[in-house]
Amino acid sequence: MISTAIRHLHLLLLINLMTSISAVASDYRKAITDPGDSITFISPFYEDNERCFSCHGQKTYEYMNENLELKVKALMFSERVIDRNKFYQSNHKSFSCTDCHSADYVKFPHPGELRMEGMYNCIDCHGGDEKFARFNFEEIESEYKKSTHFQLEKEGFSCWKCHGPHDYKLNIRNSTDIKEAIIYDNNICLKCHSNFDQFQLLSDRDEINILQKHDWLPNQESHFKSVRCIECHSEINDTILVSHLIEPVEKAVRRCNECHSQNSILMSTLYKFQSREQRKDGFLNGIILNQSYVIGANRNEYLNIISLLIFGVVVVIIGIHVYFRLTRK
Amino acid sequence: MYLYPIWVRLWHLFNAILILVLIVTGISMQYTDKQDAVLMIGFARAVKWHNIAAVLLTINYIFFVTGNLFTDNGRFYKIRKENFISDLWKQMKYYSVGMFKGEKHPFPVTPDRKFNPLQKLTYVLAMYVSFPLLIISGLGLLFPETVISRFLGISGMILTDILHITMGFFLSVFMIIHIYTCTLGARPTSLFKSMLSGYHVSEDH
Repeated sequence: MISTAIRHLHLLLLINLMTSISAVASDYRKAITDPGDSITFISPFYEDNERCFSCHGQKTYEYMNENLELKVKALMFSERVIDRNKFYQSNHKSFSCTDCHSADYVKFPHPGELRMEGMYNCIDCHGGDEKFARFNFEEIESEYKKSTHFQLEKEGFSCWKCHGPHDYKLNIRNSTDIKEAIIYDNNICLKCHSNFDQFQLLSDRDEINILQKHDWLPNQESHFKSVRCIECHSEINDTILVSHLIEPVEKAVRRCNECHSQNSILMSTLYKFQSREQRKDGFLNGIILNQSYVIGANRNEYLNIISLLIFGVVVVIIGIHVYFRLTRK
Repeated sequence: MYLYPIWVRLWHLFNAILILVLIVTGISMQYTDKQDAVLMIGFARAVKWHNIAAVLLTINYIFFVTGNLFTDNGRFYKIRKENFISDLWKQMKYYSVGMFKGEKHPFPVTPDRKFNPLQKLTYVLAMYVSFPLLIISGLGLLFPETVISRFLGISGMILTDILHITMGFFLSVFMIIHIYTCTLGARPTSLFKSMLSGYHVSEDH
């Protein structure tokens, strides 16, 4: 009971940590307009966007009811609250709200039919664009279509279920701290898989207890902090950095050797972007050592050679000793 | 002469079995690969049995140290400074040259001298240096949250693991030499029999 409570606490801490990381460096109102700079970036659409953020930027909003001549303060539906800080640090920070949403939203009350407006997916903007060729969105789309997410819920699922359009930012590709990148990525999964309210939107299945499901994993907490869910739950694809082919649970990696070995799959997944640095100070898969340590994947070649030499010398000495014992009786 | 009391023999027997399990499972973890090689027992099984054997070995080690503290068996592990190097040299010379010339053992076994100087040094290094370091580093790997994350800019886990596998390697080499030197008794099998019966047959090395 207590250990379950502690595990839940750890899960909450992971989520909180992710939130606090995102909240750092939120001063986006400085006078530099380079979209590549998350900290000092100021949107050219800042004022325009404020028309939306003035209501959608916090949990409450106020409006004047002209009919009743009353100023009304109301709670904003939580799904419609957009965090300014996160938006202006996200990949889409240079956008105007009306780049994606209808310009008719500037009217208040918003026209009811706007709720039915279609939403763009990643491929709608990024597909076939040379500027984004390095991300290979076409392959990402193709993988996603084969993933268990799409296969099980073709209509309800979309890119946005994992990559919030208002807060998603490139993570593993730009990360200098792999541990933070892991927390960020895992929280994308946990948003639904540890929150049944969210999960129910896309599935009729009973609630899944992630911690119980992973009970078989030794040092569960260390694993959750050191690898992303997709390391075991997706199929490796060499043409894109992050695999999007999420596999059904039956196909999840369960053999320890897949990661804990010289040919660790972590080098093709979590450390793919940095794996050019294959060896470091004699350690195989040395890049893993920057942030982590994986038994079986990180052996030191120098120590291997030295130990083989010592072992060989001992065997030779014993052999010589046996020879003299047999011949000098 | 009766030299090996029952508690020492039991400790030694368990120690030998557990060390063998730990070597096999340890190598299986360290040199694991996608496909389990011959003599490798698979990572998951290796981790499980390595942990079980390690906990039992630790308990057995505490039993050994306690036994040495509260019985007179501990006196065999006390190294005296006088003539330490020269006695060591004498023993090494005997093993490498003297025994082939039919010379007498420079330090024959008596009730007060169970170990020759070379044995004494290696046993002390094995039991009072390597073993504690092996156990402490092993506990660190078993409970990784207790290991400091970085030490002098290097991952604490790497340092702990290197210490663990180095000590494990030295003790494995010690075990091989130990088994070989146990064939140097009156007959090649007599010292093995002594560790089962408790009685030492003289004229051994």
